[in-house]
Amino acid sequence: MSQIRTHPLATIGKYTALALYLAFALLPLYWLLKIAVTPDRLIFTDGVELWPSELTTDNFRSVLFKTDFLAYFGNSLFVSLGTAAATTLIAAGAGYAFSRFNFAGKRIIIAVMLVTQMFPLLMIIAPIYRIVANFGMLNSLTSLIVVYTAFNIPFATFLMQSFFDGIPKDLEEAAMMDGCTRFQALRKVIFPLTLPGLGATLGFVFTAAWSELLFALMLISKNDAMTFPVGLLTFVSKFSVDWGQMMAAGVLALIPSCLFFIFIQRYLVQGLTSGAVKG
Amino acid sequence: MARIELKGVAKRYGSVEVLRDIDLAIGDGEFIVLVGPSGCGKSTLLRMIAGLEPITGGDFFIDGTRMNDARPRERDIAMVFQSYALYPHMDVARNMGFSMEIRRRPQSERANRVKQAAETLGLSALTERLPRALSGGQRQRVAMGRAIVRDPRAFLFDEPLSNLDAALRVEMRLEIARLHKRLGATMIYVTHDQVEALTLADRIVVLDGGDIQQIGTPLELYERPANKFVACFIGSPTMNVVPATGQGGTLTLKNGTQVALPHTADLDRAAELGVRPEHIDLVDAEDADLTGTVDLVEHLGSDTNIYVNIDNVGMLMVRRRGNAPNRSGDRVFLRLQRENTHVFAFDDSALGHVSVKAA
Repeated sequence: MSQIRTHPLATIGKYTALALYLAFALLPLYWLLKIAVTPDRLIFTDGVELWPSELTTDNFRSVLFKTDFLAYFGNSLFVSLGTAAATTLIAAGAGYAFSRFNFAGKRIIIAVMLVTQMFPLLMIIAPIYRIVANFGMLNSLTSLIVVYTAFNIPFATFLMQSFFDGIPKDLEEAAMMDGCTRFQALRKVIFPLTLPGLGATLGFVFTAAWSELLFALMLISKNDAMTFPVGLLTFVSKFSVDWGQMMAAGVLALIPSCLFFIFIQRYLVQGLTSGAVKG
Repeated sequence: MARIELKGVAKRYGSVEVLRDIDLAIGDGEFIVLVGPSGCGKSTLLRMIAGLEPITGGDFFIDGTRMNDARPRERDIAMVFQSYALYPHMDVARNMGFSMEIRRRPQSERANRVKQAAETLGLSALTERLPRALSGGQRQRVAMGRAIVRDPRAFLFDEPLSNLDAALRVEMRLEIARLHKRLGATMIYVTHDQVEALTLADRIVVLDGGDIQQIGTPLELYERPANKFVACFIGSPTMNVVPATGQGGTLTLKNGTQVALPHTADLDRAAELGVRPEHIDLVDAEDADLTGTVDLVEHLGSDTNIYVNIDNVGMLMVRRRGNAPNRSGDRVFLRLQRENTHVFAFDDSALGHVSVKAA
């Protein structure tokens, strides 16, 4: 029995390619961090040096204590969590229906949802602004949640539907034979198996809402309702850009996204359904 | 325990009719096997009994109560799925006790019943495992355990053994037979495997094309098939069928061979003669009905299958006990056992047999 040996050059090539890709993908993040810890006066003199000549936490301190950043942060958290929760709930229900039931108009609804994904959002900014204004909901975080939820539902629904499709119908039927109502079967058997799907959808929608700038910029103009991406722009003043603080704020803004994914990644682990039916 | 009765039950998907006019009365404690080729509607019929598929025509009764529109949970019937359908996130014990958990039965009672069922099925050591850590045979047992724990009115099996390998299938078949003997429960079992049907059933229901072809005990189906379909479907190797014409108590084959069958009624309507491989004897030339050349010989140890090419008639398969000395190219002389021949009319129905064919 001889093992198939890969040529050492192939291995080197593989890792080189990986390293190059990682460097390419992570360099902007590194740069964000680098500028955040570089004192303001050195930002331009340091130029493209990979390592700052002096480290400081001043930027973080002033962002946290001298600006409204914490308020923006809280607003963003509220909007993102609200959007993620609302979207996932609706998408789970719709996805389940698309996956399990046949009803009149199902194909049309799916087609329409697909069509909504084809237009650039830029085109509907003006009408959305008018609608929100007519409802008197400008400068409210709720309007952002409603708008984001509406935009994310189609994709999230398709995502959830594919997760439901992956769960054998037999399982529900077995549960119903065991005495469950359809809803009990959904809650006790299907729901626990959909957790990875729910996690993925939550994560996807959360990040999308967290980093959305365009609509937040249009619909929010008051300082106390600003979300974090809009708030970032306040670091750009008429005469100067406060790079250090802006980057520090950016670094801080990455934290919830990262935490969120660390929290849900265990639900993303696949293979939970293995062993249900013939393996 | 339950009596289950179907009266004129039908299933339609839009304009497509999958089951027509199914009449079937299943007695308390009876083991009924629904058998037929794929697409014959047997699984659909089982799912209609389970309540997983709406009944679009006729009436369905459990113990005399009309149950057409009752939900699965109201029918109190347990079902073993072909895919086992074990809940992947629950361990074996919880899988088996789930029906009692749903019905809010006390924990102690539940634990007792699960323990009992696990012992009967040899699963005691595995109760804390998740389904994914079980072999195919063990999963099959858990699926059965889940059904017996709650003591339902009837059991349904949807091709429960088709995912197992051959040896395990025989073992589980015996297990199911024992289970039926011990519980004495009404069981309805769907399979396309006629060996399972013949060995397990009290009565077999043969389905084809959405119709019941025949209902009867395994021996009835084997000895007195109602039509050509049942004759060819039941029994292995399958029955030989050759064209024939009948007149005045005598059947004439294509090569002119005449077979006297005075006890077959209506012989004038005959179109085909059927005879099972085990009902053809090798004889001396003077007693022979037919003469032919051996084409191929299969030695199975206990039996020998001999394919004989009959002049002007075609291929017939002959089964002999033990290890027959015949070799390909031999000239052989065949005699048909008169009492075991079957004659089919142009409409494929069997002649001269008491027919149990429904509708």
